[in-house]
Formats: sequence, structure tokens, C-alpha cells
Amino acid sequence: MNPTPDAQLLSLVSVSKNFGGLRAVDSFDLNIAKDSITSLIGPNGAGKTTVFNLITGIYRPNSGSITFGATPLIGMLPHQVVETGIARTFQTLRLFENLTCFENVLAGQHCRCKAGLLACVLNTRARRSEEVRAHSEAERCLRQLRIWHLRDELARNLSYGDRRRLEIARAMASIPALLILDEPAGGLNERESDELMDIIREIRDSGITVFLIEHDMRVVMGISDHVAVMEYGRKISEGTPEAVQKDPAVIEAYLGTDDEDDEAEAEADAEAGESVQ
Amino acid sequence: MRLELSKQASFIRAHSAWFIGALAIAAVALPFFISDYWTDVCVFWGINVLLGLSLNIIVGEVGLFNMGQMAFFAIGAYTTAILSERFGINLWLLIPISGLIAAAAGYVLTGPIIHLRGDYLLMVTIGLNEMIRITLINNPFGLTGGPNGLIVLDQFRIFGHVIQRPADFYYLVWAAVALLLFCLGRLQRSRVGRAWNYVREDPIAAEATGVNTRWAKTLAFTLGAGIAGAAGTIFAAKMMVISPDSFTFMESVILFCIVILGGMGSIPGVILASGAMMVLPELLRNFAQYRMLLFGLAMAVMMIFRPQGLWPSQRWMTRLKEGDGE
Amino acid sequence: MRTGVASAAAVSAWRLPCRVKMVVFLEQMVNGLTVGAVYSLVALGYTMVYGVMRLINFAHGDFFMLGSYLGYTMLVTVLAQSSLPLWVKLCLATLISMGAISLLGVLVERMAYRPLRKSSRLTAVVSALGVSIFLQNAAMLIWGARYQAYPPWSVPEARWMLGGVHVSLMQLLIMGISLVLMVGLYMFVQRTTVGAAIRATAIDHDTARLMGIDVDQIIRIIFVIGPGLGAIAGVLLGLYYRQIHFTVGWSYGLKAFTAAILGGIGNIPGAMVGGMLLGILEMLGAGYISAAWKDVFVFLILILLLIFRPTGILGERVAEKV
Repeated sequence: MNPTPDAQLLSLVSVSKNFGGLRAVDSFDLNIAKDSITSLIGPNGAGKTTVFNLITGIYRPNSGSITFGATPLIGMLPHQVVETGIARTFQTLRLFENLTCFENVLAGQHCRCKAGLLACVLNTRARRSEEVRAHSEAERCLRQLRIWHLRDELARNLSYGDRRRLEIARAMASIPALLILDEPAGGLNERESDELMDIIREIRDSGITVFLIEHDMRVVMGISDHVAVMEYGRKISEGTPEAVQKDPAVIEAYLGTDDEDDEAEAEADAEAGESVQ
Repeated sequence: MRLELSKQASFIRAHSAWFIGALAIAAVALPFFISDYWTDVCVFWGINVLLGLSLNIIVGEVGLFNMGQMAFFAIGAYTTAILSERFGINLWLLIPISGLIAAAAGYVLTGPIIHLRGDYLLMVTIGLNEMIRITLINNPFGLTGGPNGLIVLDQFRIFGHVIQRPADFYYLVWAAVALLLFCLGRLQRSRVGRAWNYVREDPIAAEATGVNTRWAKTLAFTLGAGIAGAAGTIFAAKMMVISPDSFTFMESVILFCIVILGGMGSIPGVILASGAMMVLPELLRNFAQYRMLLFGLAMAVMMIFRPQGLWPSQRWMTRLKEGDGE
Repeated sequence: MRTGVASAAAVSAWRLPCRVKMVVFLEQMVNGLTVGAVYSLVALGYTMVYGVMRLINFAHGDFFMLGSYLGYTMLVTVLAQSSLPLWVKLCLATLISMGAISLLGVLVERMAYRPLRKSSRLTAVVSALGVSIFLQNAAMLIWGARYQAYPPWSVPEARWMLGGVHVSLMQLLIMGISLVLMVGLYMFVQRTTVGAAIRATAIDHDTARLMGIDVDQIIRIIFVIGPGLGAIAGVLLGLYYRQIHFTVGWSYGLKAFTAAILGGIGNIPGAMVGGMLLGILEMLGAGYISAAWKDVFVFLILILLLIFRPTGILGERVAEKV
């Protein structure tokens, strides 16, 4: 199902998620505009990946609503979310290790094809043309991510940087309207993250909206149109990269204020004193 | 580290068309060179291969632990016996009918259990197998003939020729095997086969990439059940008498282990391992009573020294050795 | 096995006056608790091994079966001749059986399971199946394919009427011994240092090792206790039902596993509760529905449990890796 061309592509309203007694996401609001690159940042444990998991259907929110174009996403299974046009990558890569890169990327095309049991056994014409289309789409994605030369390599044999690209290529293969990337620059060096920024801009320019979680501030500042900041499950700031960078609430979340620093020092001293005894 | 195939295996792979051709010719000619007794052994080998391939879809392609496959085999065989004797339905027609009924049973039964963790699924399938076997013994509504089972008097007829000699059944069974191999090969290289690979490798990643994992698992289970059911028709016609004793969960366990020992997901492995289970005991007649003892020992030993099986499928090899963190 | 009694009860239960129905019901309960006690002892072995090693030891039922055969052999050969009092003979038979089966358990662990500790679950399961098939067929080859029977003189006969209900000595013995063993095991695991080590290992092997626990030793202990309890259950079973067969390993094993799940796998009191409950449910099913379908009833319980409440009644105590 294609999302309606609307300025707001993805909309989260008062989304909350509890795990037992822990409030992982607390009344989170966010609107993602079409054709933008939006970044979600915040200290570790702030709940960013949980938000991704809520959007993609791995978790179900306790309250709130998530709409994609005109379609409510809550209650959908993850593969249905992909069918509506949202694809994701994982923070800790989840590739199909023992399959080739080409086979990995083809997985993205699975939901865009229809051939079932009978069609595959009988090798109908519809199935054959579908396969050709799927294969050429997979090739396009591999080329876009600049790993076409690795197509017959097993995923397990790839270098770390190439593995990250493979996962993005796989997500791209489902022809999403919204691409969700969970720390795509994690573990990359400066040159690699520069290339990544170029790739993400190309993806946006080809008409795909991008929403990412990232810790690498250079990348965040370099490509984002819009930034949202989370801490302890709540959104504490939102705006252009420059505005967010100067927001005192954000600075406090990442670095702590003077008072907090003094408290932290005092605690550390007390602990050190105890252990010496 | 690319998985290195042995020189022999690489050689075979490169010239596979020739090898398959040679094997096919040998298979067709075989009954002319061996006695009726040995042809019979090959008939049962073939039926075992059909069963092994049906279970291989479930266990090897998708990675679901199923130790109740005999239940579907029984459903197919009993459906054939009941419909053939009571309604006189043609045996050829009963192959797809039994298959469909067994598949339907598979579909219904697996609905609530498909999401279970590996070893729990194992126990449930054992339980299901036993439930069906006991149901067959208890002869509900007088349908199943109780512990003595049912008789199948009808025979396969093709162009006027009655299929009753061992050689006749030999060609019937192995033609079915060839057909099944062809279809499975097509499936493996298609969208369905790929989906099974993805689900087996990483179900969460597969689901997050857009593969409907529940559909993939259910399809594999239903298809496996259906093929086992269809094989039941051939079995019923061959045996002429079918009773619950042929479908115990020990038989299911043996089938499960054959698939694993052959090499999970490996079609040549299934054929080889079934052959070993059927043919070796005949060759070593003196040791017949030790057959199961040695089988048990072989299983435990194989898991330690060669968990990938006799003829491994590349994709399972490393995963079995290193553990899948399940 | 006890289908005679059960079906007689089924036939007559509906037509009797109320007080007699009550008596029949209570006798079914006593039967159920007795069988349940046997299930409990076997279930304890399953639950301990699963709790520490996450392995469903398919061979566990066969330890139970071999225990009953060994007890039988002791009674029929060595002890038959001697002039010791019956109680001493029975204790000796049980102890020897226990010792041998515990030894076998440790051996099996060392040879078939230890090499696979780091491998996938599937290889461990297949290996356990292999061991089970091996043991079953070994028993068949050694003792023959037909039923064997504990000699009549070996079973202490004594019956009482408690409030109009027939209760036999064996029934009381089985329930009593089971309860004592279960309580003892629970105390052992909860109150001793070794018990604490077992609980630690059940949570995480590597961390336990870092704390200085010899994990191999702990696992060996588990495989002494589990099979040992199974052996005792085997001898008790032989004395109660008199007939033994090499296939009881699987039938009782599956039911004991159901009991372990019912009570919550990894949970010692759970195994006891689960076993008793299963015994009662099975007997009630046999008595009031039909003896022929009672196994189907039990398996149905297993399947429904695993679908709807896999953590069991008292809750699963298996630490989940996040």
C-alpha cells in the first residue's frame, strides 16, 4: 500500500512503552516530514531503539498512536510494516550470515513479489518475470551501496563497513518510502562515515525519507534537516541541528551541569573510601 | 574462511549433470540385475526417501524440530484405506486426496504451535504423534479397525498393467521420488525457498525485512505433511494391510535422525542416510538385532564428530558446530 | 496396566449410590497420587538437568527404566537366595540400582553430552535421542523383549481401610518416599553450599566459573542425583505394578516431562506438584472418561500447557538470556 503524498510522512503521538516497571518511552511525539533526513539522538539507554522497534512492529506501545501517511501502524506485524513502505536496519547487524550478499538483498524484494507455492513449482510466466524484476532491483541496490562487486561473497566474510552497507542495501530492496537506520555509522572511521553521508544524501535525493539514530555528531550535524533529542524515554528537544546543539537541556543531558558534576565527584570519593577500608 | 569442499565433492559438483544422468540410468536398470527381494528393499528405501524429503522441508529448510511426521504418514495411509475400501475411490486419485487431507491436518495442528521454542516444539510433535496413534488403535466410530488395522485390496493400474510385483512398485516409488526432487529443486531456487532460507538463518531479521515468517513456517509444515500423506497412499497399496504399529513415534524419531544424520537440508544426504538405514541391515544380516543399538550409538557419535551429517548442506555446517545461541 | 481397575470403575461409577461414588473417587485419587509420586521422582531428574543445562535429557526416562530392571535383577538373582529380611533386600536392591544408574548417568554425561556443551541445541537433542535408543535396545537385548515381572515375594503386601477407602502399603510407601526425597532435594538445593553452587550454575555457567565453581563437578552431581532418583522411581514402579518393560522409559519419560512442564520446568517443588497433579488428572481421566483414551488426555494437557502456559503452575525458573 502506498502512503499518501503528505508533508507528514510518519507521525507519533504520545507514544509510551513500559517494560514491567520501567518506562522506556514516555509520551513521545514526533513528526517526520517527507523527503527529509531526521536524526534521533540522546544518551545511551534513552529509548531510541525502542522507538524504532515500536514503529516497526517489534513491540506494541502501551498507549499513543503511530501513523504512516494515513495508515495506523499499531498492531501490525513487522513484515506488514515493511509492506506499507518502512524498512529498517539494526544497531547490531542482523545479516543472513551464510547466504551471499545478493541473496541477502533479495530478501528485501520478498514482500514486493507474489509468487506462492504453486507458481514457483509450475514456474509460471508471471513468476519468471517477477524474478527478473526482483533480481534487477537487488542489483540496483547493491550498486547504489557500492558493493556490487561483493555480490557472490558470503555475508560472514565481509568487512565491517561492507556489512553495514549490505544491511542498508537489503532494506532498500523493499523500495521503502521511509528508511529507518539504527546507528549506521557505528564503528566506521572518518572516511567511511563521509561515504555513508554521501550515500544517505543520495538515498534522500532519490525520494526516500530517512530517519536515523546516531551517536556520531559529525554525521548528525552534517546531514540532518531535523534533529530530535531523547533522554530517559522523553523528548527533551527538537529542531535544526544548530538549534539543538545550543539547547541547554541537551547539553545537560549529555554532559551534566556543574551541580551534577560535583555530586558525581562526591559519590565517587565515598565509594573509593569504602573500598579502601 | 570459505568452506572448502573436498576434491571429490568439487569434482562431482562441477560435473553434476553427467553424474545425475549416470545415476538415473543405473536406477532404471537396477531391477533387472537384482533379485525380487532386493528390489523390495529398494522399494522401502524409496518410500523412506519420500518421507525423509518431506521431513527435510520442515527440519532442514526451515529448521523446525518435528518428531511426529509419522502421524501425517498415518493419516495419508488410513485415508487411503478407508476411502478405497468404503467408497471404491481410485488409488491414483487417492494420492492427492490423502496428501491434501494430511496437509489440512498439518495446517490445523501447527497453527497454535508454530511459534514454540525448539525443544518444546519437539515434545509437542511427539505428543501429537502418540495422540494420533492411540486414536487409531481405539477405533473411533469403527473407522480405523483398531490394533489390527485395515486392509487395502485395490491396486494401482496403469494402462491396463497392474502394479503388484516388487519391480512395479520400484518404478512407481522412484518415479515419485524423481518428481518430488524436481519440484523441490524448483522450490529451493524460488522465492519460497529463499524465504525458508531467511527464516532458518534469522527469523527476526527475516520478519523485519518483510518476510512473513509465520506463512513460511506454516507452508513448510503443511507441505511436508502433505507429501508424507501422499506417500502414505503408496505405502498402503504396497503393504495391503496397515496398522498403527507402523506409525509409532519411534519411527518418527528414526526418520528425524535420518534427516539429521544425512545432513540437514541436504537432499543427497537424505537419500544416502535412508539407504544406509534400509540397506545396511540387510547386508549385515547377522547383526540385525543390533541394528537399533548401533543406530543409537551412531547418532550420539555423529553429533560429536560430524554434526553436519554424511553429506552436508553447506549452509548448516558452521551453524551446527558453533551453536546458534538458541 | 491398571486398566482393569480403571475401566471397572468407569463402568460402575455412574450407577452407584453417592457414598460409594465417594469411595471410588477417593480410591482413584489415591491411585493417582501414587502414580503421580512416581512421575514426580522422574520429573525431578528432568527438571534439574534442564534447569542447569537447558537440555531435555531424552535418555532420562531410560535411566528410570534401567533402574527398575536392575532392581529386578538384584532381587531375582543375588538376593533371592539369601536369608535377609525382605526390607533389607529391598533396600539393598534399591541402593545398588541407584548406584549403578548414577554411575551410568555420569558416564553418559561425560561421553555424550559434555563434548556438545558448546554446540547447538539440536545436536544435543539428537545425541540424547541416540543415547536413549541405545539404552532401550541394550535393555531389550539383555533382558528380552517380553515383559518381566518382579517376583511376588518381593512386594510387601499390606492393606488398610481408611475411612472406607482401600489403601495399600506400597501406595503409602511410594508417596512417602517421594515426598521425603523431594523435600530432601529441595533443602539440599536451597540450604547447602553445593546447592547454592547448583543454583548459580543454573543461572549462568560462565559467571559461576568466574566465581570459582567447578561447573563440570556440579554437572556431574546433577547427573548423579537425577538418574539416581529415577532409579529409585524405577524400583518402586516395579514393586507396585510388578511388570516392567523396556519401553516404559519413553512412556513414563514423556509423562514425567509433562509433569515437569506442568509444575514449571527448572522448579523443584514444581516437579512434585506437577507430578501429583498429572497423576490425579490421568486417573480421573481414565476413571471417568475412558481408560483407552487416558494417554491422549495426558498429551492434550501437555500440548495445551505448552501453548497457553509454558511457564507452568509454579513458574519457570530458567533464567532467560536477554
